[in-house]
Amino acid sequence: MVSAALLATIASGCLIAAARLRRAEWPLRGPYVAVVAWQALGLAWGVSTIGALLAFGLAPYGRGVFGGLVALVTDAATHNLVLSELAGTPFGATQVAAVFAALALTLVLFWGLVVSFVQVLRTRRRHRELLALVARDDPEVPGARVLDHPAAAAYCLPGVLRSQVVISAGALAVLDRHELAAVLAHEHAHLRQRHDLVLLPFSSLKRAFPNVGVVATSYKAVALLIEMCADDQARRVRSAKELAMALMRFGSAGSAQVPAGALAVKGDDQPEVVARVSRLLNPSAELSWAATAAVLSSAAVLMCTTLWLWHLPM
Amino acid sequence: MNRLGDLERAVMDVLWERNEPLTVREVGRALSDRDLAHTTVMTVLDRLAKKGVVDRTREGRAWRYRPAASREGYVSELMFDALGQTGDRDAALAAFVRSMSGPEAEALRRALAEDDDQPRT
Repeated sequence: MVSAALLATIASGCLIAAARLRRAEWPLRGPYVAVVAWQALGLAWGVSTIGALLAFGLAPYGRGVFGGLVALVTDAATHNLVLSELAGTPFGATQVAAVFAALALTLVLFWGLVVSFVQVLRTRRRHRELLALVARDDPEVPGARVLDHPAAAAYCLPGVLRSQVVISAGALAVLDRHELAAVLAHEHAHLRQRHDLVLLPFSSLKRAFPNVGVVATSYKAVALLIEMCADDQARRVRSAKELAMALMRFGSAGSAQVPAGALAVKGDDQPEVVARVSRLLNPSAELSWAATAAVLSSAAVLMCTTLWLWHLPM
Repeated sequence: MNRLGDLERAVMDVLWERNEPLTVREVGRALSDRDLAHTTVMTVLDRLAKKGVVDRTREGRAWRYRPAASREGYVSELMFDALGQTGDRDAALAAFVRSMSGPEAEALRRALAEDDDQPRT
């Protein structure tokens, strides 16, 4: 029961920490470190919630979560998987329910991940096929494909063998040569660092739990941090001002030409693009070495503690 | 681009240009400068039909093919994907910036205007 209580504490602690992380200011100064923090919180939340349910449900075995699971499987096998036989063991109804809840949560999380991954692959394949039919190459923009559409858009399509950067004619019309180079540098950073894979677990969680507020907000936070990571990479080769101007031009071009009504309704937070622009124009000092080390070691301690509690036979 | 992809594109261009359902032979004739075998054109049209970008209808002993949507329709579909307006397509693509609402664009202009007011260092 001790481990169940501790794991439950960690699970709720993760939620509190996520809420604080979302409001914190330091992620703007160290987006890479902040992404690691989000990953650690998400993973620790899942492992500790499932662990807490199992630790509570399997407590009668007195062997901790891992030992309890092994004992449960052995039990089920020796009773030929007739679970009614287990009624003879000292399990209460709430404990059986807790074990089932843990299994259900595990399944939902994995299933969400798999479904999301398949959907993403399908969307990308369709997108790639259509792109091959309607996009053109432009000698002015080497390394990118051009879509003839008046709205401004620039994006990357990640692929295993062949990733592509796509830019619309509307974007080419509003960007000057330097701004275009900054945008392309940003997109190539996404592809080089496989940011899509970082975002995938968060987007699949969002798909699995569309109505859970904390899931949606953490997805948004990570998506924004990833854009900032790519901005930082682009800033190494192009000036921050060029990138900020490019963002602004997309803003003014997009609002005029994208069909109204299709736009997502946003909360009254500071718009994400404004956060990016002000960060580019008024850069604050990068996260210090000590702060980076503190965040990374907290993430490591969090993961180790959670896993260790799975072994605690109490 | 590989040869097959190049051919698919050329065939679609023909179908989009000629505003009527075409047979394999007619498509081949329109691409006569490429000197394609009948079976090659058939294979390409078959692949396009499997991808769902051309529809085919039987007329006598021959199939007639026509685009499932206009070129503009496909370009719009891609742009909608890119601008993140199709709902569940997050993480499939990474757009430089999602489409902005009017107030967002306004807030952005304000942010840049404030920056311009500050003295340059």
